[in-house]
Amino acid sequence: MAENVIEFNDQNFESEVEKSDLPVLVDFWAVWCGPCKAIAPVIAEIADEYAGRVKVGKLDVDNNSQTAVKFGIRSIPTLLIMKNGSVVNQMVGAVPKNNIESLLNETLEN
Amino acid sequence: MHKEIIIIGSGPAGFTAAIYAARANLTPHIFEGTQPGGQLTITTDVENYPGFPKGIMGPELMDEFRSQAKRFGATSEFKSITKVDFSQRPFRLWSGGDEYTADAVIISTGASARLLGLDAEKELMGFGVSACATCDGFFYKGKKVLVVGGGDSALEEATFLTKFASDVGLVHRRDEFRGSQIMRDRALGNPKVHVHWNSVVEDIIGTKETGVTSVILKDTQSGETREETCDGIFMAIGHAPNTQLFKDQLELDDANYIITKPDSSYTSIDGVFACGDVQDHTYRQAITAAGSGCMAAIDAERWLESQ
Repeated sequence: MAENVIEFNDQNFESEVEKSDLPVLVDFWAVWCGPCKAIAPVIAEIADEYAGRVKVGKLDVDNNSQTAVKFGIRSIPTLLIMKNGSVVNQMVGAVPKNNIESLLNETLEN
Repeated sequence: MHKEIIIIGSGPAGFTAAIYAARANLTPHIFEGTQPGGQLTITTDVENYPGFPKGIMGPELMDEFRSQAKRFGATSEFKSITKVDFSQRPFRLWSGGDEYTADAVIISTGASARLLGLDAEKELMGFGVSACATCDGFFYKGKKVLVVGGGDSALEEATFLTKFASDVGLVHRRDEFRGSQIMRDRALGNPKVHVHWNSVVEDIIGTKETGVTSVILKDTQSGETREETCDGIFMAIGHAPNTQLFKDQLELDDANYIITKPDSSYTSIDGVFACGDVQDHTYRQAITAAGSGCMAAIDAERWLESQ
C-alpha cells in the first residue's frame, strides 16, 4: 500500500528532496507518535494518487535529527511541501486529507 | 454515495457504533476525520480500559477497534465531513466537494484540546506551543518546559515530559490539583516537576524562528506578572466538544455539547444520534464513549426498522 512513499533521511535529503524535479511532500514522523501513525495511511493514499506528479516521502526524526533541526521541526507530524529546494507550505499536526490535497494542487498549478 | 448509516468520527464511540451497526448488517461507513482513532492516539499507556490488565498503548487499542469494525464489514475513509444538512431525508453530508447521503447518522466527533485563546499561542503552535506531549516531548531533550493545567491530563503530560525535559513546570490557576491521587503522586513525586500555583498564562513570547523563549505568568492572588523562561509550553486545560458543524442544526447545551434525550443517544433530530465525548461532559472516558457508541448503534438500528 505504501510503495509510493519514499524513505527520506539525512543522507539522501539533498538529492531526493532539495534537488527533486517534482514537488515533494515530506512527512516528519516517529514510531512513538500516535497522530503520525494515524495519518500514515492518508499519506500513502496521497502518494498513490499523486504518483508521477508529486514525490511523497517520510523522514523519521529519531534517526535523522540533522534534517529535523535544519527545518526547525518542533512538533510532529509536520508536513512540508517543497518545490525547487524551498518550503512552500508547512502543516503542523494531523490535517485533513482534503487540506493536504488542495495545497498540493495549488503547488502544482503555480 | 448513499449509506444506511454514516458515522462521523473514529474514536472509541464511533468504532463501537460501527462494530454494532456492522454486525446488524447495516454496513456503516465511517469518516475518520482529522484525528483518525481519536484522542487515545495522542496518549501513551491506557491503564483503565477493562480487558487489558497490563495496559495497552492508545494508538494500538484504536487499531484493534478499527480492525474489529472492519471485520464485520464497516468501511472507513480518512476524510472529514465539512458540512451537513439534517433538514431533509436522506440526510446530506459533504466532505469538501463530495456529497454523501445517509438514512441515519451517528455523530461521534469527540472533543479537542482546549486552547487559551492567545494570539501568540496560535502563531507559535508547532513552534514551541503544543497540545500533545507524547508527540512533541522528544524535541525538548534537556530543555525547560511548562505544562498548563491541573487535571489528570496535565499531570500525565508533566510526568511524561520528564523523560525528555530537564525541568517541567506545571502552571495551575488554583492552589490544588483536580487530578486523581495516583496521577498527582506520580507527577509531584518526580524531582523534575515543580508547580506554579495560582498562576495563569498572560502571554507567550517567541517567534517562529526562535521558538518559544519565555512565558508571562500572572499571579491570580496578587495580580503581579512575572516572566518565566522556557523552551516549550504544553496546553492541557481540558477539552471542548467538536460541534461546530452542527451548531445550527442540533440542540446543543451551554457548553456546546450535543443534547441527547435521557437514557438514549437520540438528538433533537430523529435519525441523528450522538455518542462519546461530543455529548458527554461528565465522564469522558474511553469505556463510557464505547458504551454510548453501542447505544447509538442499537438506537439507530431500531429507528431504521421503525421507518
